[in-house]
Amino acid sequence: MAVLHVNPTRMELTQIKRRLVTARRGHKLLKDKRDELVRQFMKLVRENLRLRKQVEEELSLALRDFALAGAVMEPGALRQALLYPARQAGIKVGRRNILSVRVPEFTVDEGSLGEAVLPYGMAETSAQLDNAIATMAQALPHLIALAEKEKTVSLLADEIQKTRRRVNALEYVMIPQFEETIRYITMKLEENERSALIRLMKVKEMIAERTAQ
Amino acid sequence: MKHMSNKLRIGVVGEEEAILAFKAIGAIAFPAESGEEVTAALFKLSQDGVPVIFITEQAARMAPEALARYETTPDVAVIPVPGTMGTDGYGEARVHENVIKAIGADIVIDQEKREG
Repeated sequence: MAVLHVNPTRMELTQIKRRLVTARRGHKLLKDKRDELVRQFMKLVRENLRLRKQVEEELSLALRDFALAGAVMEPGALRQALLYPARQAGIKVGRRNILSVRVPEFTVDEGSLGEAVLPYGMAETSAQLDNAIATMAQALPHLIALAEKEKTVSLLADEIQKTRRRVNALEYVMIPQFEETIRYITMKLEENERSALIRLMKVKEMIAERTAQ
Repeated sequence: MKHMSNKLRIGVVGEEEAILAFKAIGAIAFPAESGEEVTAALFKLSQDGVPVIFITEQAARMAPEALARYETTPDVAVIPVPGTMGTDGYGEARVHENVIKAIGADIVIDQEKREG
C-alpha cells in the first residue's frame, strides 16, 4: 500500500493520527449500518417474494376473467364500456425512514373501491365483466402493497451496495494507508533524531580534538 | 416524519388487452407495443407525478434501460406484473437481482427450496 505524499513532520503525524481515529470510527459505524440494513433487507425480500407470487396468481385470474368477458362481448363494446372507469382507484403516498433511506409508503385510498357503481349500460355488457372488475378491485390492495415492498427492496439494495463500498474502501484502502504513513513518518523522525545526535557527537569530538592541540 | 399526500392515481403500461383490466379500476393506461412507446409512456407518467406504475412483463422486457432509470428514484415505483400471457418470471428475477446486488450472492433461492 502506497504511503501518502506528506512531509515527515511531527505536525503531519498528529494530523494523520487524528484522521486514522476518525476513519476507524467511521468504519465501525458504517459496518453497523450495513449489518442492520442487510437484516431489514432480508426480511423485506422474503415478504416481497411471497407477495409477488400471490399477486401474480390473483392478477392472472383477474386477466382471465377479463378475457372471458371480452369473449362474450363485442370487442368494441368492451372498450366502450370501460371508457369511463368503473372504480376510481386512488392511493396516498407517504414516506418512511429506514436508516436514513427514504422509502415510499403507499396506502389505498379508502372509499375509492368501496361501492360498486356501474358506469356502463346493461344492454351491451355481460355479467362476466362485473365479476372481472370485482376481482381486479380485490387484487388492488395487494398490488399496491407489492409496489411498496418492491420499491423499498430496490432502494435498500442500492443503499447496501453503496455502504458496502464505503466500508471496504475504508477497511482496505484508507486505514492501511494511514497506518503505513504513520509508520513512515515515525521512522523518518527517528532517523532524523539519530542523525542529529551523531552530528552533535561528531562536532563535540572535533571541538575536543581542537582544544587538545 | 410521516406525511401523506393527496389522493394520487396509479399508472399502467403494456399491451392493450392487459391494461384494460387496470383501466377498469381507474388507472391511467398507456398502451405500448414497442420499446420507444414504453419509454415514452413511463416518462409521461412520471412527469405527471404518478407514484406507482405497473408495467406488463412483456413491455418491461422491451425497455430495460427505461426501467433502470427509475430504479433508484424514490418518487416513482415501476413494478412489472404478469400480462395476458401469464408470468414469465421477469418480476421475480428482478427481486433476485436486487438480492445479488445487495448481498453479493442469491441466498434467498436456497431458503425457498428448503421451505418447499
